[in-house]
Amino acid sequence: MSDATANGPVLAADGTPLKKSLQRSLRHKKFRALMLIAPLLAFVLVTFVAPIGAMLLRSVENQIVPDTLPRTVVALADWDATSGELPDEAAFAALAADLAEAFDNKTHVKLAIRLNYESPGMTSLFKKTGKAAARRFDPDQPYRQQFIDLRPEWGEVEIWQLLKTYSSRYTNGYFVNAIDMQKTPDGLVMKPDGQRVYMASMLRTLGLTLVITLLCLTIGYPIAFLLANLPMSKANLLMILVLLPFWTSLLVRTSAWKVLLQQQGVVNDVLVWLGVLADDSRLELINNQTGTIITMTHILLPFMILPLYSVMKGIPPYYVRAAKSLGATNWTAFWRVYFPQSIPGIGAGAILVFILSVGYYITPELVGGRSGKFISNWIADFVLKSPNWGLAAALGAILLALVMVLYVLYDKIVGIDNVKLG
Amino acid sequence: MALDSSQQAFVAFDRVQKSYDGEILVVKDLNLQIAKGEFVTMLGPSGSGKTTCLMMLAGFETATHGDILLDGKPINNIPPHKRGIGMVFQNYALFPHMTVGENLSFPLEVRNIGKSEREKMVMDALDMVQMGEFAGRRPAQLSGGQQQRIALARALVFRPELVLMDEPLGALDKQLREHMQFEIKHLHEKLGVTVVYVTHDQSEALTMSDRVAVFDDGRIQQLAPPDDLYERPENAFVAQFIGENNTLNATVTAINGDTVDVDIDGGMKGTALKVNCDGVGSRTTLSLRPERVRLDHSGVNRTEGKVLELIYLGDHIRCRMAVSGHDDFIVKVPNAGGDHKHLVVGETTQISWEAVDCRALDA
Repeated sequence: MSDATANGPVLAADGTPLKKSLQRSLRHKKFRALMLIAPLLAFVLVTFVAPIGAMLLRSVENQIVPDTLPRTVVALADWDATSGELPDEAAFAALAADLAEAFDNKTHVKLAIRLNYESPGMTSLFKKTGKAAARRFDPDQPYRQQFIDLRPEWGEVEIWQLLKTYSSRYTNGYFVNAIDMQKTPDGLVMKPDGQRVYMASMLRTLGLTLVITLLCLTIGYPIAFLLANLPMSKANLLMILVLLPFWTSLLVRTSAWKVLLQQQGVVNDVLVWLGVLADDSRLELINNQTGTIITMTHILLPFMILPLYSVMKGIPPYYVRAAKSLGATNWTAFWRVYFPQSIPGIGAGAILVFILSVGYYITPELVGGRSGKFISNWIADFVLKSPNWGLAAALGAILLALVMVLYVLYDKIVGIDNVKLG
Repeated sequence: MALDSSQQAFVAFDRVQKSYDGEILVVKDLNLQIAKGEFVTMLGPSGSGKTTCLMMLAGFETATHGDILLDGKPINNIPPHKRGIGMVFQNYALFPHMTVGENLSFPLEVRNIGKSEREKMVMDALDMVQMGEFAGRRPAQLSGGQQQRIALARALVFRPELVLMDEPLGALDKQLREHMQFEIKHLHEKLGVTVVYVTHDQSEALTMSDRVAVFDDGRIQQLAPPDDLYERPENAFVAQFIGENNTLNATVTAINGDTVDVDIDGGMKGTALKVNCDGVGSRTTLSLRPERVRLDHSGVNRTEGKVLELIYLGDHIRCRMAVSGHDDFIVKVPNAGGDHKHLVVGETTQISWEAVDCRALDA
């Protein structure tokens, strides 16, 4: 039954239409909710979404070439890069004009660095040529000869092919590079054997991450089981032991493992003292994959234990009792009744550890040596040591996409609804 | 089907004690014999030790002292899965990740029963509880009553000789509970299995059981068939716990064979059946069922009562009176044909009762 009267809409107590009054009260509520989350929203946007977006954009951005060499780009548009012949005089003249302007604006160095990512040696070529183009080139002589006289590289078709390839405003060049391929006028080809590093590193990262996740599960499952099934007082003590490393600085834990695992370290000393090892055959446990695996397993263990624990805590003890009363041995009761019910916890723990591990940086950097290096270490190198943000962004984007693909796969197989984090 | 001494007990508790913390005995000196095919209910308030006894029988708790025998053999050291006892849990404990069929199949699989026979046994068990078409469902898709039936079927599917039930009907609504009581009782009669049933609901216990063991404070207060329990309680606790009961405090003044003369607090003198009281001069609790009180002076114990409160309950009228200083004295007046007495609040009326209906119990 509606409360609408014959001569109009329902009115609220103060005489305004009820719908309007309801909207007003709800609007006030919504506005208040929005204002309450506004600081967080702004914080996330400014510190998280925007930087990631900007960084991802860098993986395809190539403004510097068309911006610095606008005339050359136009002149090269009609040139057939696969012909094997140098471009015509007009292209050389355009490049001379572009470089002269760039030298005056000091932008030729940036361009040189950008093109150097694609082919080493470009820095000096462009710096030299830029200076010459601005100061010494004679506009009445053919530019082609002047270029070649200055640096014979200008007579090579490859340089021009490179310029044409990277003349667009956006490029997939960084991504191509990140999967160990290179762009040529004939399309994409694999890089020479010795230069293929990123895919191998990506695969190694995935492999190590998988090993770490499985180790965490193997070690974490029994601990979580104990935590969930011990009497309260003992479980609390165990919980503190699990959380204690969690509260310790990551650097401290990593450094502690360095002390423990190095060749003159505690573990080796004990093994030698026990007579298990000869003094001259001490194990190499750090600065390699072994070091990365041991240390990361230890560091990520709580992330496996906590979701497992919370799921196991929710499995009432009467299920196992029921199984036993029905004739199941301890093992059968565990395997057929308890374990299937703990799978959501395994899913949550595994996905958490895997995602954290695949992007881990500090620990592999400190204890990984050369063979325990993760893809994130390459990314960090390209941001900090030998700046190539485009490539770093491309590697990061691939990593991000990979994690998302795995997440979707996982959702298909296990079902994300089955994951319980608490 | 009470146990006579010549039969060998199928289940026997022999001086069993249980303590969890080494300080308090939860079960104190339990002795109980259950015959094959018998339906015995352990009834008692929370914390009386009845569930602990059931768990010891199932093997989930170990007895601190004493022996539990199954078919003459001590089972203290046999793990639960080898005892072959079916069990229905309070929350049913149906495995949520298995279908109903898989739940029932589970006890047969762990016993290595072949697939075709297994399927047949599962279907038989489901038909037995009228749930034949639900084999493919998950427990979460069933109502409480249906889950209850499945739990029952699962406890019976591997044909155990002994089935334990731990308050299995506690989560059901009243109507369904009463219906299930009859179903369980009929299943028991049909299959002839021995059932040990735990509940705190006395009507459930009285409805279903051959014998009821009333637990309190870690001891069996009385072990008797339902009618004995109601009509011949042996101590004040049982009299209070089972059914409604008028309690009169009194002192014994004389013993005459089967009866005793008592001075009821408040000045009345009376005669009661000697059941569980000490000698002359000792305190006793008189137990008198409300429906055994007459509203005239035809009984041997005669007095007056002042009507304090009347509650109309359809088939009878519940009347609270002040009798001999006890103002919580209840009389049930049957709502029979027109000739019964119509009481009015405030009036004083004659009441009386027979000596045999009034039991002198421990103080």
